[in-house]
Amino acid sequence: MKKREANMWYNDLPAFVPFFIAAALALVTRGTLRSIIMLVIIVASGLHLWLLPESLSVNLHFLEYDLIPYRVDRLSLVFGYVFHIAAFISVLFSLHVRDTVQHVSGLLYAGSALGAVFAGDLLTVFVFWELLAVTSAFLVWARRSKRSFESGMRYLIIQVLSGVILLAGVLVHVRTTGSLSFEVIGTSALSGWLILIAFGIKAAFPLMHTWLTDAYPEATSTGTVFLSAFTTKTAIYMLARGYPGTELLVYVGAAMACFPIFYAVIENDMRRVLSYSLINQLGFMVCGIGIGTALSINGTVSHAFVHIIYKSLLFMSMGSVLFMTGKIRATDLGGLYKTMPKTAVFCIIGAASISAFPLFSGFVAKSLIMAAALKEGYHWIWLLLLFASAGVFHHAGIKIPYFAFFAHDSGIRTSEPPLNMVIAMSIAAFLCLAIGIYPVWLYTILPFDFAYNPYDISHVLTQTQLLFFSALAFVWLNLKGIYPPEVRSVNVDSEWFYRKFLKRIEHSVFSWIWQTDSQLRSSVLDRIRGLIVYLAQLHYPTGKVSVQRPTGYMVIWVAILLAAYLWLLLSFPSAHH
Amino acid sequence: MADKKQYIFDNPKNVQRLIRALYVCCGLLFILDFIINRHFIHPYEGLLGFYAVYGFVGCVILVVIAKWMRTFLMRDENYYDQQQVAADEEEGGEHVVQ
Repeated sequence: MKKREANMWYNDLPAFVPFFIAAALALVTRGTLRSIIMLVIIVASGLHLWLLPESLSVNLHFLEYDLIPYRVDRLSLVFGYVFHIAAFISVLFSLHVRDTVQHVSGLLYAGSALGAVFAGDLLTVFVFWELLAVTSAFLVWARRSKRSFESGMRYLIIQVLSGVILLAGVLVHVRTTGSLSFEVIGTSALSGWLILIAFGIKAAFPLMHTWLTDAYPEATSTGTVFLSAFTTKTAIYMLARGYPGTELLVYVGAAMACFPIFYAVIENDMRRVLSYSLINQLGFMVCGIGIGTALSINGTVSHAFVHIIYKSLLFMSMGSVLFMTGKIRATDLGGLYKTMPKTAVFCIIGAASISAFPLFSGFVAKSLIMAAALKEGYHWIWLLLLFASAGVFHHAGIKIPYFAFFAHDSGIRTSEPPLNMVIAMSIAAFLCLAIGIYPVWLYTILPFDFAYNPYDISHVLTQTQLLFFSALAFVWLNLKGIYPPEVRSVNVDSEWFYRKFLKRIEHSVFSWIWQTDSQLRSSVLDRIRGLIVYLAQLHYPTGKVSVQRPTGYMVIWVAILLAAYLWLLLSFPSAHH
Repeated sequence: MADKKQYIFDNPKNVQRLIRALYVCCGLLFILDFIINRHFIHPYEGLLGFYAVYGFVGCVILVVIAKWMRTFLMRDENYYDQQQVAADEEEGGEHVVQ
């Protein structure tokens, strides 16, 4: 298809507008009509984006600042494309749900993500940053349980906190540079650090990641598919735009790629396993941003692209399991391949993609980052990423399909999920394979022009060796009985800090306040009581005040007074007139 | 169990076949390392069977460490909300055949 001329008026229509319109229409329509409207608008918006010229910006003068609410370039376009794909798949996957809240918030959420990646100035970024937080929280709350409500609350507080830090950073940035435009920021100034922390919270940097593993498994079976695509990848885009080549990110990314896989191995909730592996995948992307070469940024962007698709496929397969069986813990599942064979196949395709098997989409993207790490001399980082690649196959590639669909037979007999869910999963599975087999299409839309062939014999062989021997390790550990059995449990993570430690602090602070307060009050009350008792004693029949005196007393006193008066009068006669 | 139907992995022989196929694949892949002259950037990469050994050992270490981490990380399911009964998932589940 040919790109349109640059000067057409409708080019200036920001990408989030169709989504917000679709959300408004979804609010007032029902059933099939709503389904058609939602899907058609997303497809139309995607086509519109596809036809846009490669560079475009809309300027707006507001107060004394130049705003760029809409900026299209090659970096933002890739994210725009994949967000449309993700929105289409997620909406299709949730069509059977009769819940207006989920449909409307899902569309607003996807629209906000598009608004954020096409924002050319930091104020617009902030607005959509907060919209992302608010609209997505409803997808957690839509589960309508006490657990999901509390989890959604914690999620929202942390997300809004990220927004507040972002705003602070932006304000300092404007004070020092005088410009709102969103270009490379870097960490040379305080504002740069503040904005990096704000982005880092949503990109699930280590210790700031628990909102993700807390809330994503608590959202609805369809809501998590939305959630997995937008928030974190918007943050990845922001980091790629504002902090390419920041060396710190290489180490942060390596840590993110490695630590979650340990948690994933011992986690029981399947969607929490996927949440941990999501952080592991983000680690690769953050690492690519930190390396900052054209190859590594291309790697990050292409990894984000394919990751959104296979991650949503995995979350869809587990969402289908949850929807059909009402269970999601590994301890409760097993043997579902018998009655959900299609879902099992889709899950395996997603698992093969995330594990970067040759011919699957992860293979053609992850290797760019690995190659860049080697090329730039980050050898230790490369070894860590290689370990993380083996680990991701171990927990996401094998554990997820194995414990849900195979392992011991749980005795659950169900059926395939509704047709719309199956179609959504097949589209995602098709894309995983299509991009894996024919990566050239993906490579041409990346921000930097480059030539790369992932299918050379060394690369295919080494990656296959890595994965097959990881599988061998799984089999061996299982046969030897070393593999940790699934247990109904939670594992303490850094959320312990605010869910337990702060709670304890809060508890002890409040109990101290209560104690001091009650002591103070009781001592004041004691004094008042003492006073009352004293007064009462004075007035009791035997009290000093209540002594009964005969009237003669009074007469004597009057006589004494008179005598004194007389004496005074006679002693000082001159005072008398 | 609700159905008497035999599925593919109900037969332990099929499981054995699958595992044996994996062994054969691993063996072949290891042998290929001797035949194909791989190009490499990092000196480690050039070692014979580096990727195979790294994948196997890496995963074993991963699982052993993760298992050890359970000794100090694992808590009861209601650790964070004591008053809350471990309610089963509130949605879905109406499609299970009894």
